[in-house]
Amino acid sequence: MDYNLVHSIWTVLVLIAFIVIVSWAWSGKRKQSFDEAARTPLDDDDSVVSQQEGKRHG
Amino acid sequence: MSEHTTYNYKVVRQFAVMTIVWGIVGMSVGVLIAAQLAWPVLNFDIPWLTFGRLRPLHTNAVIFAFGGSALFATSYYVVQRTCHVRLISDKLAAFTFWGWQLVIVLAAITLPLGITSSKEYAELEWPIDILITLVWVAYAFVFFGTIVKRKIPHVYVANWFYGAFIITVALLHIFNSAALPVGLLKSYSAYAGVQDAMVQWWYGHNAVGFFLTAGFLGMMYYFVPKQANRPVYSYRLSIVHFWALIFVYIWAGPHHLHYTALPDWAQSLGMVMSLILLAPSWGGMINGIMTLSGAWEKLRTDPVLRFLIVSISFYGMSTFEGPMMAIKTVNSLSHYTDWTIGHVHSGALGWVALISMGSMYYLIPRLYGRELYSLRLVETHFWIATIGIVLYIASMWVSGIMQGLMWRAVNTDGTLTYSFVESVQAMHPFYIVRWLGGTLFLVGALIMAYNLWKTVAGARAVEAPIPLPAAAH
Repeated sequence: MDYNLVHSIWTVLVLIAFIVIVSWAWSGKRKQSFDEAARTPLDDDDSVVSQQEGKRHG
Repeated sequence: MSEHTTYNYKVVRQFAVMTIVWGIVGMSVGVLIAAQLAWPVLNFDIPWLTFGRLRPLHTNAVIFAFGGSALFATSYYVVQRTCHVRLISDKLAAFTFWGWQLVIVLAAITLPLGITSSKEYAELEWPIDILITLVWVAYAFVFFGTIVKRKIPHVYVANWFYGAFIITVALLHIFNSAALPVGLLKSYSAYAGVQDAMVQWWYGHNAVGFFLTAGFLGMMYYFVPKQANRPVYSYRLSIVHFWALIFVYIWAGPHHLHYTALPDWAQSLGMVMSLILLAPSWGGMINGIMTLSGAWEKLRTDPVLRFLIVSISFYGMSTFEGPMMAIKTVNSLSHYTDWTIGHVHSGALGWVALISMGSMYYLIPRLYGRELYSLRLVETHFWIATIGIVLYIASMWVSGIMQGLMWRAVNTDGTLTYSFVESVQAMHPFYIVRWLGGTLFLVGALIMAYNLWKTVAGARAVEAPIPLPAAAH
């Protein structure tokens, strides 16, 4: 197999991988779980006030 | 294993404080060497004070000491807060802190003494390289071990970027630093000739791509949504641009070696991959900035958010400029000139430093349970730093393009129009402007240090409780 063939196959594989990732990410049934995942940091209260209630050490 | 009820904030605090300290040290060295370029008398004829010795000290201090500490601090904070567990090992986390500080101190001693492997951004000699490897393996264990025992099922996007940064930097460091020691302080690279150059810039560009980009994108994906109090603009986009960035960045290194002994096909590959890289880079930029869509008015009142958003704008600018400079014909003008220095600093000051500073303004008050001492000082810092960056990069653009044009100018008989020293003389005023820009940026950092000092002075360290599983639904 010469290099050009290897490069061509690789290019096609990477293109397919890209299409698979995009269609996986944009498929409708994952929308809700992604929306929840996006809220992960926001659902966690790390405000200055909330942390003052925690245990402290000197 | 005993169940902990609090997060490990101690190691986050340690790294956060050292971020500020090393930032000031590294930027001060930068200002000094910028002054030396404008006024060479400032060498004082002392070998270890010369530009050649101090330049690697500056780059190592700002990238690995300042940037590195910021990445350790924020990644340890983010992985705990988004997984709802304490770091898997307090001892190993403490080892990464003290080990990393030792690496920095050893760098600060060996580089001015002229002990160097002479690999750009990887100058440290082999015993220090081994220490870096040990610290990094411990870091990977702490980070991924914490993810493994997480209480939140989904691994939040910021953690993917931190994870990719940790894995890739380990790989880059081990391959590029492979060397044959001939003494305690001297070694020879395992590679020779053009292979050595290729491995070096495979490392060098991915140090930019993974240390200075992926890691700081992790910061962006946590601190921008938190400070704006809005979820990431598109979680789907974050997935696609993550994988695209990981796939493409690794091939872009050869653009540092245009018109050298590197085979032509490798140069062209590097150029094409660098151009493609614009897409995933801008995917990240759009995702970060658009997180604010519908809440733009927050920029008017929140100077911390302004740090974060303006840093993403600089990220967008420098990731547009980079692919452009990777085009061979553009590179033939820009390479070896000050344009490159300007480009690097638009990324380093504009993106890396501003997002780190914004994150520290967010983080440090929470680590000590105190509100920021003065938002007005944050605002002052923001403007001084921004003006400093603009002066820096604008002067380097003008100087660099002028240099490139002067070097390539030929008379009708084929002789060079300008001698080299004429181009040096022409650069002088721009070197003074650059020094001024850098000084302003340093002044901003000092204002930040004062503001944060006043914030935490007298405060006691916080031990934040981990929310109960029920609260995390």
